[in-house]
Amino acid sequence: MKVLEINHCNKKFGENEVLKDISLSVEEGQVVSIIGPSGSGKSTLLRCATLLETMDGGDLIYLGKPAAKADESGKSVYASQQELRAIKQNFGLVFQNFNLFPHYTVLKNIMEAPVLIGGRKKDEVEQEARALLAKMGLSDKADAYPYQLSGGQQQRVSIARALAMKPKILFFDEPTSALDPELTGEILKVIQDLAAEHMTMVIVTHEMAFARDVSNHIIFMDGGVIVEEGESEQVINHPTQERTKAFLGRFHR
Amino acid sequence: MDLTTIFTQLFGGFQYTFLLFVLTLVFSMPLGLLVAFGRMSKWSPFSFALSEAEKSLLRSGSSLPKAQSVGVVLRRFVGLFRPIQLVMKVIISLLRGTPLMLQLLVVCYGPYYVAGISLSGEWRFIALVLGFAINYAAYFAEIYRSGIESIPVGQYEAASVLGYSKSQTFIRIIFPQMVKRVLPPVTNEVITLVKDTSLAFVLSYMELFTTAKQIAAAQTSIVPLFAAGAFYFVFNAIVAFVMERIEKMLSYYR
Repeated sequence: MKVLEINHCNKKFGENEVLKDISLSVEEGQVVSIIGPSGSGKSTLLRCATLLETMDGGDLIYLGKPAAKADESGKSVYASQQELRAIKQNFGLVFQNFNLFPHYTVLKNIMEAPVLIGGRKKDEVEQEARALLAKMGLSDKADAYPYQLSGGQQQRVSIARALAMKPKILFFDEPTSALDPELTGEILKVIQDLAAEHMTMVIVTHEMAFARDVSNHIIFMDGGVIVEEGESEQVINHPTQERTKAFLGRFHR
Repeated sequence: MDLTTIFTQLFGGFQYTFLLFVLTLVFSMPLGLLVAFGRMSKWSPFSFALSEAEKSLLRSGSSLPKAQSVGVVLRRFVGLFRPIQLVMKVIISLLRGTPLMLQLLVVCYGPYYVAGISLSGEWRFIALVLGFAINYAAYFAEIYRSGIESIPVGQYEAASVLGYSKSQTFIRIIFPQMVKRVLPPVTNEVITLVKDTSLAFVLSYMELFTTAKQIAAAQTSIVPLFAAGAFYFVFNAIVAFVMERIEKMLSYYR
């Protein structure tokens, strides 16, 4: 089953075409990594997929339900605010700089959305939240505030916050770019564990070795287009496009 | 007249000062939030004035026939027209740009001079509270705005992805963080307000300062003025102490 489907996505910032006719689909249980140089449009693609940016053209479909559908001229027409809020329940996003709510404890950061938005029972959510914290190795931090945590710990809390909504698909926007190499390892381990549990994920990353090891499918983007995509081993170790080879050259040296 | 009598009489005046102070805060603080919303409003009723094609023409700066390009430029300005924001900007600049004393006189006597409406004796007090509340709302609005705009955009994005509505985002995520950030400048305003209440003398409202002036004139003595100064000083010390406590209460996070 396709969890996410994007067809012919176009996005412009002013005159600048950031995404040109991007199409991709993500199957349930699939882990897709998006790699590419800075400014290639990969973060913008993720922001369009998570409804933080609006596409100018193309379809955006979650589990068969369109969040945006192209009209005859190809222009994206979005669903109503209410429908979009329902669709948002299907996905989670982990940000580069965590974006935890600083005035909430770790536990409340994780619990508020499922209770408030998901309308679920508080005790039930709390149990799950504590279980998630245990899984992230942060059981003792439930009552801490974000500023008391290291970057790696904050990022693990933000992953727990996203998971608490029980998303069908989880997006990561350069989840380790704000972390030092040691803390990066922590986060990559968590994502690897999620992959082992067949969590459907789309990861924008600069960690090539990690992308190769954790994902089934890799997309290489440059200049707003998908230059090359395929099985991860294939794309990283045996790229066919010149642009991909040049980009990965540094990694293979 | 001995010191005790002076203090007793001044205390009578102080009660009115205190009443004016409290009422001003009660009305101006929420009103300031409304004004801040208006000031930040991006509502532009004519934003449809420019088609996508015309926008891209403008950006590319390509050479249109002169008459047509003038039309497009004109309509772009119409498209940028944000009436609520504009009205709030004008109101705020008037309220901050003219003396509060003058505003008090206008509110109190304006209805009579402009429309010939003569109002009851009660009106003077209502006019005072109205004048103070509106003036302070303008200052609070700008403080709130700076606080709201200083919240990182990532907070909005995180809330949006989790499915928070706009009002849930504001009430639960943005507002509490704003309060913490605006507390120091709000304290400044509150302390200024304590002293500004003395401007009520222009409407002969028998608050602390007016009382002190009267006693001083009657007794030909400076002591009542010093005593009044002591009242203001002590009151402000208490205000500063309370605000500091509130700041401490909110220091559990960064």
